Amino acid sequence: MTAASDSLVIRGLHVTRGARPILRGVDLDVAPGEIVALMGASGAGKSTALRAIVALQPFERGSITIGDVALTPGPVPPESALRSLRRRVGMVFQAHALFEHLSVLDNLTIAPIHALGWSREKAESVARRLLESLGVASRIDALPRQLSGGEAQRVAIARALAPDPTMLLMDEPTSALDPSRRGALGETLRGLATDGRGLVVSTHDVDFARGHADRVVVLVDGSIVEMGSAEQVLSQPQHPATRELLRHPAESRRD
Amino acid sequence: MRIRIIAAAFLLVACRPQTPASGPTRAIRWGGDAEGGAPFVEAEPNDPSRVRGFDVDIAGMIAKGLGATPQFIQVAWASIPASADRGDFDLGMSGIEDRPELRARYALSIPYFEFREVLAVRPGDAGRFRRLSDLAGHRVGTLGATQAFELLNAEAARSRLIPVSYDDDVHPYADLVAGRVDAVLLDHIIAERSLRRTGGFVIQPTPVALGHYVAVMAHARPAFRDSVNAVLRARMADGSLEHTFRTWGVWDDAQATYIARVSAEAPPATAATGTSSSRSIEAYVPSLLRAAIVTLLLSCAAMALAVTAGIGIAAGRIYSPPIVRWILAAYVEVVRGTPVLLQLFVLYYGLSGVVRLPAFAAAVIGLGLNYAAYESEIYRSALEAIARPQLEAARTLGLSEFQILRLVRGPQALRLALAPMTNDFVALLKDSSLVSVITVVELTKQTAIYATNVGSWVVPGLLCAAIYLCFSLPLSRAARRLERRWSVA
Repeated sequence: MTAASDSLVIRGLHVTRGARPILRGVDLDVAPGEIVALMGASGAGKSTALRAIVALQPFERGSITIGDVALTPGPVPPESALRSLRRRVGMVFQAHALFEHLSVLDNLTIAPIHALGWSREKAESVARRLLESLGVASRIDALPRQLSGGEAQRVAIARALAPDPTMLLMDEPTSALDPSRRGALGETLRGLATDGRGLVVSTHDVDFARGHADRVVVLVDGSIVEMGSAEQVLSQPQHPATRELLRHPAESRRD
Repeated sequence: MRIRIIAAAFLLVACRPQTPASGPTRAIRWGGDAEGGAPFVEAEPNDPSRVRGFDVDIAGMIAKGLGATPQFIQVAWASIPASADRGDFDLGMSGIEDRPELRARYALSIPYFEFREVLAVRPGDAGRFRRLSDLAGHRVGTLGATQAFELLNAEAARSRLIPVSYDDDVHPYADLVAGRVDAVLLDHIIAERSLRRTGGFVIQPTPVALGHYVAVMAHARPAFRDSVNAVLRARMADGSLEHTFRTWGVWDDAQATYIARVSAEAPPATAATGTSSSRSIEAYVPSLLRAAIVTLLLSCAAMALAVTAGIGIAAGRIYSPPIVRWILAAYVEVVRGTPVLLQLFVLYYGLSGVVRLPAFAAAVIGLGLNYAAYESEIYRSALEAIARPQLEAARTLGLSEFQILRLVRGPQALRLALAPMTNDFVALLKDSSLVSVITVVELTKQTAIYATNVGSWVVPGLLCAAIYLCFSLPLSRAARRLERRWSVA
């Protein structure tokens, strides 16, 4: 697969909800071809950070840059101003968020056809190839509600990849998967990174992070408390919160 | 007297009446419609709980002649004969016309007044519209279920005259002046009253037909009818009737001749110069089917408008800036908070100075805009029921807000809205009967006309109900099937 190379650069990101601070000055860099695991307990701000990167969440201070696209503080800009961001960054939602009324194939082709103006033939051939590579080609005509959790997960990934983004964000991708599927997902992500995409994956799953991430970032109450290679952070955790996360992975998986 | 009748008369089949009072302090209960106004029956300006008019005076004479006191009961004009027959009161008087259909089903008194069916036209047309036969291809208004309406129908069968039926006797003249109809055929008393009140038209001197007012009583009480007739003859003979008619300004030479003739005759004068005699059921089926098609077309057109406008309002209330949202919310609340009947009146009569809508168009717009308010609430809640993550996913995929509405949110909302929409369509089918107040003759109105003519609601009611069910049952079935398919597929 192709893929231009875009880096993600986040500086001093502050998000508050009402009076409550959610993110308090987050700095994060993600290079092309890199898988970054965003870890932390529930409510640490992982999802908020991902949502801010795809402009679903306004932020008060700081900056987010993806390649030559820059997001600035203040209200979320209208979609018409976000075209190039949308082309660069794909997002896989925790509950998959597939379009319930559309078949698997139509879920994949809707954005290329309507947002990018591809022909139906081109969109469908790309979709078939993606579903093939993710091992769900047999469900191409199924409706979302007929899919298992793992199938829905892979269809959601395929949908996010269909417009060929240079960066992919995933919110808790392993929560619906049994352990054997997690391994397969990890290999899929590695393949995407090898193509030159940067991946940011929020997760509770220590084993998954250890096995498949290049780097691990630990968020506690909206601040990054620890950052480094997966091996370094997960084998020799420096921060008490990281040690807590390693001790009680199940407890922190509750959301 | 004769003002709107929204066919509530299905109820008439319900309970058997209490027997008319006949105790020591006897009261003769008589039914009339004060909405019809002077000089027949109108509410006293100073004490609206009391009524006055020549029908009131004559009812008083009859009661007194029978050694009783009169007691007035308010009844919608078109229901007076049926109401008398079921025993709601002893006699009905409110400019009740002597028609063969009534004579066949009820006990009618001798006629006590002779009226002329007169043609009213705009001053500019006085030269060319002198008779009904001059009005081929033109719309002629009158009150529904009257001798005049029968005359128009008979003429329509001969020439291409278009009868337009109203539920009251004021708006035909308003529409004549406004140009919606080209002539009005009604009793000369009503025509002259309208001429005095509003003017703007002329009354052709040559009457189209003659008619007579009578009192109506239950079929089962011929003896009571005879004693009422005796009192009427006595009051004709002693000049009381003439005095009353003079008081109310409706006495003329024709009346004198007429009363002289009736007093001389022993048997009651025969019926009016009206047309039809009693017709069989088959004769009414074509007109019922035509009316059913009107109902169906009207409902489909109104629903199409309601759906389109409803989607617009719902989308506007979710996506627009606050000021637009506020205006749309106000629209929905006003429309839902006021009767559709009122809205139809305002649209058709109230706005006729600004925009002169044809009746069918006004009916479609009135019902459509009314139902749009309800549809918009269905769509709004359906749109809001679509899970937010799907909408966010659509945004991250680069779809515009409008594409999201059209491709993701709208289609799913429509599936959710389908069942309540079908319910509303069935309700609309039935509510379409309300548009008879703005002269559209649809199924229920046609049934009411039919029922009035044959004097019974049983057969017309059953036929009408069967036609409505033919529309609504398959509709609900189709909707259920569609819903099932969408939930499984």
